[in-house]
Formats: sequence, C-alpha cells, structure tokens
Amino acid sequence: MELLYASCVGLLVACGVFLILRSRTFPVVLGLTMLSYAVNLFLFSSGRLSLNQAAVLGYSSDYADPLPQALVLTAIVIGFAMTAFVVILAIRGRADLGNDHVNGQVPEKDKKGKA
Amino acid sequence: MTLLWIPLLSLFGSIISSLTGKLTRNQSTGLTLLMPVIALAMTVNLAPAVFAGEVIRYSAQWVPLLGLNLSFRLDGLALLFVFMILGIGILVIFYARYYLSSKDSMPKLYAYLMLFMTAMLGIVMSNNVLQLWLFWELTSISSFLLISYWWHKSEARKGARMALTITGGGGLALLAGLLLLGDIVGSYNLDTILASRAIIQEHALYEVTLILVLLGAFTKSAQFPFHFWLPHAMAAPTPVSAYLHSATMVKAGIFLLARFYPALAGTELWFILVGLTGLATLLFAAYVALFKHDLKGLLAYSTISHLGLITLLFGLDTELATVAAIFHIINHATFKASLFMATGIIDHETGTRDMRKLNGMWRFMPYTATLAMVAAAAMAGVPLLNGFLSKEMFFAETLHQQLLGSMSWLVPVLATVAAAFSVAYSARFIHDVFFNGEPVSLPKEPSEPPRYMRIPIEVLVALCLVVGMFPHFVVDGILKAASTAVLGGYVPEFKIAIWHGFNLPLLMSGIAVCGGLLIYTQRKYLFQFQASLPPLNAKKAFDGSVYVMIKWCQRKISAIENGSLQRYLMLMLMVVLISAGWPLFEMSQLVGGKQPTPVDVHNGIGAALLMIGAIGTVIWHRSRMVSLLMISVVGLMVSVAFTRFSAPDLALTQLTVEVVTIILLMLALFFLPQRSPKESSSIRVLRDLGIASAIGVVVGSICYALITRPLESISDFFLANAKTGGGGTNVVNVILVDFRGFDTLGEICVLGIAALGIYKLLVNLPLFMPGSDSEGRPWAKERYPLLLASISQSLLPLALLVSFYIFLRGHNLPGGGFIAGLVTAIAFILQYIAHGSHWIAERLTINYRKIIASGIAIALFTGVGSWVFGRPFMTTWFEYFDIPLIGKIELASALVFDLGVYITVVGATLMILASLGKLTASAHKDEVKV
Repeated sequence: MELLYASCVGLLVACGVFLILRSRTFPVVLGLTMLSYAVNLFLFSSGRLSLNQAAVLGYSSDYADPLPQALVLTAIVIGFAMTAFVVILAIRGRADLGNDHVNGQVPEKDKKGKA
Repeated sequence: MTLLWIPLLSLFGSIISSLTGKLTRNQSTGLTLLMPVIALAMTVNLAPAVFAGEVIRYSAQWVPLLGLNLSFRLDGLALLFVFMILGIGILVIFYARYYLSSKDSMPKLYAYLMLFMTAMLGIVMSNNVLQLWLFWELTSISSFLLISYWWHKSEARKGARMALTITGGGGLALLAGLLLLGDIVGSYNLDTILASRAIIQEHALYEVTLILVLLGAFTKSAQFPFHFWLPHAMAAPTPVSAYLHSATMVKAGIFLLARFYPALAGTELWFILVGLTGLATLLFAAYVALFKHDLKGLLAYSTISHLGLITLLFGLDTELATVAAIFHIINHATFKASLFMATGIIDHETGTRDMRKLNGMWRFMPYTATLAMVAAAAMAGVPLLNGFLSKEMFFAETLHQQLLGSMSWLVPVLATVAAAFSVAYSARFIHDVFFNGEPVSLPKEPSEPPRYMRIPIEVLVALCLVVGMFPHFVVDGILKAASTAVLGGYVPEFKIAIWHGFNLPLLMSGIAVCGGLLIYTQRKYLFQFQASLPPLNAKKAFDGSVYVMIKWCQRKISAIENGSLQRYLMLMLMVVLISAGWPLFEMSQLVGGKQPTPVDVHNGIGAALLMIGAIGTVIWHRSRMVSLLMISVVGLMVSVAFTRFSAPDLALTQLTVEVVTIILLMLALFFLPQRSPKESSSIRVLRDLGIASAIGVVVGSICYALITRPLESISDFFLANAKTGGGGTNVVNVILVDFRGFDTLGEICVLGIAALGIYKLLVNLPLFMPGSDSEGRPWAKERYPLLLASISQSLLPLALLVSFYIFLRGHNLPGGGFIAGLVTAIAFILQYIAHGSHWIAERLTINYRKIIASGIAIALFTGVGSWVFGRPFMTTWFEYFDIPLIGKIELASALVFDLGVYITVVGATLMILASLGKLTASAHKDEVKV
C-alpha cells in the first residue's frame, strides 16, 4: 500500500512540475494545483497511513495522527486562495499585456497577431 | 527627564509646524519657534550644572533584550552643540519667514528644518552609539528633504541625491565602525566607550575601526576628497544652507571627531589621517573658493576650507589645538551663518548671486552691506573679530607639531598660504559685491530687505564682535566645559586675548592679510591661469560613475533575471532536486521497518483513477477544458484517499474546495485562450520531462521512506487533552480552533488578504473578452437553464441547513468552520450560476469585504477575550448546560472562534468567485448592447 501511495505522490509531483514549466499561464495554474494535491498528500502521509482510525474520540480504539490532518486542512483552504490569486493574476496579465505568456518575451507570431 | 524633552520638543515642533498650513505666515512662524525656544530655555537652565563639570544623563529602556536603551547625556561638548543647533536654528526659522516667497510652502520647510534639528540634537546628546547612528542617518535623510525643497528644479534633486549618496554611504561606514567599536569594548554605551581608550587602541581591529569612523566623519563634513557634494547642496533655499553648512550638518562630522577624540585619538594613524586630510581640504578649498562666481559657491568652498582647518586642528597633537578647534567651531558657525543669510538677502533683493553682475551694492543696501562686511572680515581673520582669535590660536599650534616629521615646518607655511587665500576670497566677497563699479543687468532693482529679515544677521554679527573683543567674558566658560569633555578631564591653561605681543602667529596673520590682498588685486592673472586648466567637474564625474555603476548592475541583473518564469522555476527546481536528492544517496536503505499495509482492490482502483487523471491532465494540457476535467478527477480521488485513510475532515474540505476550484478555473477559462498553442521544442519537452520525472522520483522516494518508518508523534498530547482541555472529541477541529488557534487566525487572515488582492486586481480590469468560443460559435443566449434555476432555489435552504449542521457538530464530529463555510459558499455560488449576478444583486446586497473583516474580527476578539479572564491568548472556555427538552448541550468559546473562521471563509470564497462571475456577466451585457 505504502509503495502505491508514494508512487501516486511522485507521479502527481512529476505531472505538476512538468505543467508549471509550460510557457502559458493556464497550464502553470493547473500545475500548481496538481503540486498542491501532491504536497497535501505528502504532508498528510507524515502521520502514516491508517484505516478506520479517524481522530474522533470514542469511535475507535486507536487514532490516526490528527496533527498533520489539521495542518493539511488549512493548507487545502489556503491552497485554494493561492490558486485563485494566481488565476486572477493570469487574467489580469492577459488583459493588461494582451497575452498569457510567462516566459518573459512574446513570441513573434503573437506580436504579429496583435498588430 | 529634561534631557529627553529637548529632542522631543523639537520633534513635536516638526509635527506642529507641518500642521500650520492654514494659518498665516506669522502664526506659522510663531508656533514653530515656540518649541525650540522652550528647549533652549531648558538647556540654559541645565547649563550651570554642566559648567560645573557635571555630566547629565537620562536613560530609558527601549529594547532591553538587545541591550538597546534610549539614553541621552549632556556634557560640555554636547551643550555647546545644543546651543548652536537651537540658537542658530531659531534665527534661521525667523529668517526663513522673510526669505520664502509666497509660492513656497512654509510649513513644509519648517517641518523639515525641525526634523533636521531633532536629528542633530539626537546626535550630539546620544549616550548610545547605535542611537547616535540612527540620528546620524536621520540627518542624512532630512537634509535630503531640505536640499530638494525646490524639488521642481533639477539641480536641487541632483544635489540632494548626491548629498544623500555621499553622506549615506559614509553613514554605513560609520555604522560598521561603531559596531566594531561596540564589539571591541563590549558595550554600545558612549560613557563606557569613551573610558576604554586603552582597550580600543591596543585592539587588532583599531585601524579598521578608526578608518571606518573617520570615513563617516569626513563624508559628513565634506573633507577632501568627499567635499564635492557640499557645493551642489547649495541648490537648497539659503536659510537651509545657512543652517546646514554653518552650525549643523557639516559640523556633525566635526562633532564626531571631537566626540570620539578621547577614545580614538592619540595614535600616529589618527594624526596622519586627520591632520593630512584637514590640511589638504584647507588648502584646496581655500584656493577654489576664490574662483567661484556664485556667492553661495564661494561660501560653500570657504566652508569646506574652514572645516578642513578644524579637522587639521584635531589632527595636531596638542591639547591647545583641540581647544582652538572647538573655539573655531563656534566662530565659524556665527560668521558663516550670517554670511549665508546676507547672501540670501542679496539674492532676494537683486534676483542673482553672480558676482560678475553684482557690483556696487553699497549704494543700494548700505546697512546689509555693513553687516556682511563685518562677517566677511571675521572670516578673513581681521583683528577685533572672533575669526582672528581662533586663527591666531591655529597659527600658534601649527608651530608646535611634528605632523610631517622633519618637514613639519611646511605646515605653518601652508597654513599661512591657505589663510592668504581666505583673505583673498573674503576681500572678493566684500569688494566685488558692494563696490567695484556699477551692477550689470540685474533682474530686480535692489533695495534694503524688510527690517526684520536683518535681525538674525544683526544678532550673529554682534556675537562676532563681542566674542572678538571680549573673548574672556563670553566664551571662556563654554570653551572650558567643551574642552573638558573632549580632552577627557584635563584642560591646559589657555588665555584667549586679542594682544599677545609681537610674535610669530601675529607675523603669520600679517603675511596672510597682505598676501591675501595682493592675491586679490592680482586676481586677473590667477583667473586667466585657472581658465587655462582643463575644467574639473565633480558633478559630471559623480554622475558618470553612478551611471556606470547602474549600467553594471543592470547588466548583472538582466543576466540573472530575464523575466522568464520557466527559467526561474527551472533553476529553483534544480536546486530542489540537488538538495533533496543528495541525502537520498547517502541513505543506506529506502524502506523502513514499519509493517507494510496490504493493497486491496479499492485502493488499487482509486490509485489507478488518480494516475489516469494526472497523466491525462498532462497529455491534454494544451486543450484546456479537457485538462481541467482531468484534474478534477485527480482532486476527487485525493478526497477519496483522505476518506480511506481516516481523515474525514480533510476529505470534506478537499471535496468542497475541489468544487469551488473547478468552478473558478472554468470561469477563468472564459477570459483566457481555450487552447495552448504548441510552442515548446521537442528538446525542451524532453528536458522538462527529465526534470519532472527526476523530482517526482525524489519526492516519491522520500514519501516512501517516510511512511514506511514507524511514527513518533507529539499528537498523544492532543489526543489526551482534546476532550479535557478543549472540550471537543474531534481532535482535528480542536487543534484548529484551540491548540493551534493562533495559526488558524493567521490562515484566515491570509485567506482574507488573498480575496482582497483578487478584488483589487479585478477592479478596472480592461476586459479581454471573446464573443464566441475558440471555434467561432457564439455563446448561448439562454444562459440560465430553467431546470437548474428552480432546483437550485429550493436547494438553498437545505444546503444552508446542512452547512449549519456541519458547523455545529464540528467540535465533536467531522465538520467545523472551514468545511461549513465552503458548503455555504457553494450553495450561494450555485445561485449565482443558476440566476446570474444581477438576479442576486437585486435580492441581496452584500459587501463581502465587510464580511471578511467581521469574520477575522470575531476570531480575533474571541482570542483576545481570554485576556479579560486573565488567561493566555486564545484559551478556550467551555461548559455543559442542561436545557429542558433539548438535553445536555455544550457551549464553548471555540465555537465563536470557529464562527469567525466560517464567516471569513464564506466571505472570501464568495468574493473571489462573485467578483469574477460578475465580470463575465458584464461581458455578456456589453455583447448584447453591441
């Protein structure tokens, strides 16, 4: 099980990294989202994997580690806020600059298109 | 306590005068003068004690952990400077009232002047060297503001920048020097440092420390070769020049020499550095001053020259030289301030300061002319005036030194030469301006200035005369007190008198006066010679070197920073790869000792779906809608994973966040291109795939290594205390609202800030909006499907009920503020989707910013509330109540905190989505209009 879980995390990281290295805003946003999934899963797993041991007192004899869960919970919400901010930044960038590039220079064909 | 009030009053004065914009000029001046006058009265009150040899101290704790105290001390030297700063400051403020034209803002000048005064008072009275440095930098900044007072003039801005660069740079050197000094002595307290002469001078770092401190002093007091900022600072209004360049700014450097004299002076290095710098400055500036056609330019170089003289005196190895230096500080302040003020009057009344145009002013303003001539004579060192006395002392001391070894006889000779030039430029000031024929094409018809404008000059010139004629009665006390402070207790007997009999210094004075007059009468040849030299423009050289430096920095920066996010990320990821990957190779075994959990079918299917989603997102990433759908599969599987692995709270959060994220990204896609063009070359794709897989492998391996090892957690504490201490059985929620409540407070603040940032980003967004989708099909006209509209409306109360339930039970069962907030937000967003923002706006006017603010406020005040009961911040209170019919119920303050979280989450989420949604609505409206 652990091996499968770790492979999933690794795959998510790899996909996220590949996406954030693209040259347009939207794939970068998707990549960030993917990376935040991976990071959340990674942090969560630092409490180890356990089945049917929710950290609610009185419902089981042994409990999963609640601390990473609490940290990841806020991380999910903040991850959303950050994704939202980056997305809006992308929209604003497109509106102000006329393109959605992130590589610092506008390729020739976009320039022509604008002219 | 009184000590604290002296700089504090001046600071108050700065604030008060900045508020006098609506008053008349006389009222503004009066109010501004009030504070320094009170401060001066207080100082006079303290003076007798200081004269009696006492050192007055005041200290208050500031940052006790860092050993920083707010501490002041007033000894003789500080007293002398406080008198000069306040006294001349008051005269300058009075004078500026008549100098400024009606177009200039008086409160602004006064506020800056008073701020500067505060900084100067702080320097001279500080008893902590770091505090001293703070005030030192404040003089740099406030003098920058003063010099650039006429900010619309390019030369004022450039002059201010140059002054700030040079003095600010020197300030940094000084800071380094003071830190070293504090380190050597083990204390930043000035008293301790001044008493540790032996420790400092025997320390290995003494030379470095001395050079750094001297750099600070020399840049500030415009010593050669840092002198060039001072003439350019003359772009300031003349009252400012009169203040900065007579008694204060440039004297701060001199003050520093005097202040640290007991600790740093007495070594060969000190005499060489200080003496030679002073000598070079004295000679060079006296020579240059003669050739300046601008009156203020002449005074600027004369100031530099006199500062050089004082510096040289500090560099001569005799006690009497130090006394003479202090005496000359007083004298220079009085005659130079009055000369600047007289120049201001001439400028004010004629419209020019060019000595080639100004001639024969005696006829037009005989009274001002008389005052200026007396002051200029004091500058030249004519007998019966104060300048003569200190110059005589200076001559006498040049005869008793061994600065240059066997060539020491050069010093008195060079001093006489410099004095002759000083006489020559003073003669030029007098003769060229007030006599020497008729004025040449003046912009204004000259006349005497307003009566009161002359009062400050009269006061200062009277001082020159009184000190010059009765030195014994006037300056003996303060001179003794100040010298005591500088020489560390022992003061040699000195007698300042006009007549010492025929001796060598008198002969030198005589030679200087005759030589000076000779130089002046023969100036035609000197001017011709000077004109034949290649022009040396310090400003051009300075600007050029600044330009070269900026260009160099720009080249370096653009080499690193080319604006490409891909490149930055690539570099950062490489660092991650190396720093995270390296330790893996040093690890002997990846797998840990924990018993592995078996894989079952459900997990296998879930993992497969997640992998398909992730890979699909990458494969179809250019077709954005498809990739969005793919990534939503990943998000769902993540929340399923949380459910599976005993984290119900996380699963609920992930699920709800997933919904809002996907809606948000769909909305965003409306404003962005629907497809990404194929751009990356195959090599680039290969490279990125390589980096991505390498990092994926590294992170996956770390994850595997981590979760196969047994757990050692601090969570037992939380599990044990959740019920008893926090009053809840859902440990995750208790951690959020209680144990780590402060973190949560920070997190909802971040959420609110992000939402506000988004709100601002969307304001005035120039819409970049397609009228149709990427394939040219126009958007549907029927935008709000009837079915969705009717169902969503009836779903709203139900959804709110569910969210309320989730909120309430959160403390004991999975749920809580975050999740409930997201559920509520989704319920509202559904209404937005089904009906459009106009429909909502007609029925509901909500200010989301206020909601976010109130949410954070509730959370914060719940936390603060525990202070009221004498508990630490964010202590939870809870109690069980028996309510008839309902039964036993628990009430906890954590619930109120969670309510704050809930409200913030609702407000922030809705603000983000509604702001963006509204844009699409307005886009459609525009389209309909067209």
